[in-house]
Amino acid sequence: MFTRWQNPLIYSLAFSSGFTIMGIELLGGRILAPFFGSSIHIWGSIITVFMVSLSFGYLLGGKFSTRNASLKRFGIIYLLGGIFILPIALYANEIMQAIFLQIEDSRYGSLLAASALFFLPTVILGMLSPYSVRLLVKNKNESGQVAGILYFVSTLGSALGTITTSFYLVLYLEVNQIIFTFSALLLLLGLIAIAADKIIKNTAISVKEQEVHHV
Amino acid sequence: MFKPALPTLMLLLLAACSPWPGNAEVVHSERSLYRNIMVEDKGDLRCLRFNVKQNKSNQSCLYKSQPQQLVFNYTKLLFSGLMLNSKPGSILIIGLGGGTMSNTLHQLYPKARIENVEIDPAVIKVAREYFGFFENERVTATDQDGRLFIKRALMKKQQYDWIILDAFNGEYIPEHLLTREFLLEAKQLLSDKGILTSNTFSNSGLYAYESATYYDVFGDYFNVRNNKNENRIILTGKQPLPDIQTLGRRLPALDRQLKPFGVDIKEIFAHMTLASQERDWPQDTRVLTDQYSPANLLNIDK
Repeated sequence: MFTRWQNPLIYSLAFSSGFTIMGIELLGGRILAPFFGSSIHIWGSIITVFMVSLSFGYLLGGKFSTRNASLKRFGIIYLLGGIFILPIALYANEIMQAIFLQIEDSRYGSLLAASALFFLPTVILGMLSPYSVRLLVKNKNESGQVAGILYFVSTLGSALGTITTSFYLVLYLEVNQIIFTFSALLLLLGLIAIAADKIIKNTAISVKEQEVHHV
Repeated sequence: MFKPALPTLMLLLLAACSPWPGNAEVVHSERSLYRNIMVEDKGDLRCLRFNVKQNKSNQSCLYKSQPQQLVFNYTKLLFSGLMLNSKPGSILIIGLGGGTMSNTLHQLYPKARIENVEIDPAVIKVAREYFGFFENERVTATDQDGRLFIKRALMKKQQYDWIILDAFNGEYIPEHLLTREFLLEAKQLLSDKGILTSNTFSNSGLYAYESATYYDVFGDYFNVRNNKNENRIILTGKQPLPDIQTLGRRLPALDRQLKPFGVDIKEIFAHMTLASQERDWPQDTRVLTDQYSPANLLNIDK
């Protein structure tokens, strides 16, 4: 029965989204440095943009989960996340160059560059947490516990994404290669979620058919 | 008989209580956005330190009685640059420290334009207050990230005869100041006779990567050092390097010029080696780029 695997699957997806978000945030400093330096306000810009986009993501994800929530739609968010982080690798230099030429002050330059590069993908990835809660909660009583486990899993993923990226990945891979890896991971997870959705629905249908047969 | 003994005794007591001449006295300490800054006096010696624990983390020192005399080896080694270009009209110093380099160069070349770039405004303040760092219409200090300053300077089509890169301290390396892209920008900012000196290390896993990167951008360069395990200066320039004989002919004049500052340029010259002749890094060493620059991780890994 695939439904048995549904919850572990959702938790591991939440773990991975936490992992990628923080991995990308950490690379943000490296990406911005050539144009905006490594002054302390660069990190101010990056953290601000990630926090703002995550908060909008939570809001949107919650809203989105109220209508026809399904693993399939959950998977589609992953696919979008995987696609929207690609411009970070593909167009970062052009985007930063344009901003660098327009804005002299590196504080606002870095803030705008961080917004241009990270806002959309982080909003999308932020949508996943509330959406996971929606898929996991089956009754009111367990909602707090489900949210607790979910925060635990996704924040643990964030922590691991941070340490893995900063301690190891940058030693072996280029910044863009890491972004592509994250993108591939998100796309793959999205497809798995969509496939799982299909399998679960099929089993549900065949179970119903069997029941009908018995009667 | 007892009377003279009393003052002597008191003097002895005083000596015991007061710090011994060898002890350092903290004159000033502050925590800036980037680091802990300490100014310490030890007898005649005044030093700027960025870290409390490590003794070797002195950034800049001067003799209070003879501020002209350079204290640090690596500061002296930086003057090897004058062998390639003895009349720099415009100088860019990335990483201020106590500002000794700027002060000395202004004395040597009163007409040269000297621009100091330092990321930490607190360091500039301490340099002014405790190390006699001065600014005037020819000497300026900007608090900005070095990479940014160079990018903006390129846009303004500025040129420098000498770029001094002194932004690394023992504990943290700004990784974006070590990449091929950065070095290309710095090279572009050099005038036709422009030279670049970098104060770096030679005792970690980073050595090979750094060497490969400089070689990739500038071609050949001089390693200037006098102890294999300490600092090394990378000396290179926009033009191909002159041969050793040519350099040798420039020594006597330079020697007279630099003696008053405690720089023995002949000795420095004797320790200069060409990177192409040593090739002391593996052929397949990866070049550091904006995409791949884990300098601080490589620095740990010996």
